[in-house]
Amino acid sequence: MIHFNNVYKNYEQVAAVQGINIKVNSGELFGLIGPDGAGKTTLIRILTTLLLADKGSVSFAEKDVVEDYKYVRNNVGYMPGTFSLYQDLTVEENLNFFASSFGTTIKANYHLIEPIYVQLAPFKNRKAGALSGGMKQKLALCCALIHKPQVLVLDEPTTGVDAVSRKEFWAMLKELQAGGLTIFVSTPYMDEAEMCDRVALIQEGAIMDTDTPAAITAKFGQTLLALQGKYKQSTIDLLRTMSHVKNAFPFGDSIHITLTESGAKNELKKQLEAQGVDASSLKEIDPIIEDCFMDLMTTV
Amino acid sequence: MDNYVIHTENLNKTFGKFVAVNNITFKVGKGEIFGFLGANGAGKTTAIKMLCGLLTPTSGKATVAGFDVFKQSESIKKTIGYMSQKFSLYNDLTVWENITLYAGIYGLSGKEIKERGSALIKNLEIEDYATKLVEGLPLGFKQKLAFSVAVIHNPQIVFLDEPTGGVDPITRRQFWEMIYQASERGTTVFVTTHYMDEAEYCDRVSIMVDGVIEALDTPKMLKEQFKVASMDEVFLHLARNVVEK
Repeated sequence: MIHFNNVYKNYEQVAAVQGINIKVNSGELFGLIGPDGAGKTTLIRILTTLLLADKGSVSFAEKDVVEDYKYVRNNVGYMPGTFSLYQDLTVEENLNFFASSFGTTIKANYHLIEPIYVQLAPFKNRKAGALSGGMKQKLALCCALIHKPQVLVLDEPTTGVDAVSRKEFWAMLKELQAGGLTIFVSTPYMDEAEMCDRVALIQEGAIMDTDTPAAITAKFGQTLLALQGKYKQSTIDLLRTMSHVKNAFPFGDSIHITLTESGAKNELKKQLEAQGVDASSLKEIDPIIEDCFMDLMTTV
Repeated sequence: MDNYVIHTENLNKTFGKFVAVNNITFKVGKGEIFGFLGANGAGKTTAIKMLCGLLTPTSGKATVAGFDVFKQSESIKKTIGYMSQKFSLYNDLTVWENITLYAGIYGLSGKEIKERGSALIKNLEIEDYATKLVEGLPLGFKQKLAFSVAVIHNPQIVFLDEPTGGVDPITRRQFWEMIYQASERGTTVFVTTHYMDEAEYCDRVSIMVDGVIEALDTPKMLKEQFKVASMDEVFLHLARNVVEK
């Protein structure tokens, strides 16, 4: 459905993306996961015909996004990272505007937005600028869907959004996917990778890995330990000086420790206890995407 | 004098009929890392603005670093540091110019600015960027620089509003190491975040829902109180089912 083929883009001296290859299948919920400055927005803007690549090509439904840009614009729903609706138009006026821009009506495609729009309906006469963050986001989503796109492209829809609203937003995306939509979404939140069918992990303009979340964590291929409990910075510093320890990072209420060789757990436990650190909670764990992302960052 | 640097008692802020902050009462200790959590629209920003001396409360009492938020807001501004994700540094000034500007605003002398500025640049290992525009600095460094600038005058309290949003996972952790160091030097850290793993890094956490502080304790005690395994679940438990008005 979407194919990035060896895409490059520079901004003056800065190489934003370098040799990007991504294929997104029809019906897939695909996540582009990486921090600010990794190149996510550049890729999305190239896909949505708002920016030209320096090198390489992008196709959408087998059509080149540069040559067939009108086809792309008519068939892609795009929700940009910054709120880009008309603040001084009401909820209903915004939706009407986007529908008529694409030669359709709210009525014709209401079924597509109904589950989301019913939550907005009580505020349909309120100006978009006066909505809460969560409601703005729902309106932007409705406006991106009203012309019945084949693909929904979302640039960091959950940035700056609290943990509860983030979960709700992903539930909405899952529902839209179940209705047959292909979804391409970017996010800096590593935990959201788990909600995608496949993800590309992007850092400094390059893809570090593309796969299903389960396959990425399965590829970690190293022994990962967790030391739980209220720890001190000095414990992390100590761990980093120890043999067999490749990395030690805080993870919530634990420290995640990557070993240079498997089977060194008991030795590490002894070493820690010799230094007066309570290591009773030390146990082997399965990595999550964030572990993998950090490992790839330090090794690729 | 006790060891608390922030005191609030029934602090209120209303905008017309809307109660943004509803009778919040809490204390924050010296050197404490205090996580100030809440859903979007819960009243966090309003509360922070009052504590920073930028917004006059409607009623109640509060002191920050011993100064009254009603009468001594200018003294508060000189005693605290502030950094937000959205705006912290001037992109069209160089690293040195930003340091000089902020340190000057915070009242450091020319000699102090030179000494602390050089130490800061050396600490962050950004010597190559010192005379370049901040615009060209990688995001991770920008956030670390913004934090260093916010504490350059050794403030009693530093307020951090979503300091790690969008930052890569390794830099995010390095940023927290800087927070720990500041805390060990005795600076109180008042921080908001949407990353629930970061809530675990705080000494104590408050969770605001609809203008009210619904819970306030150490992460460990909060998890025990709600019988869940993570702060993520504590947050979901409290913040869910808050409906739009």
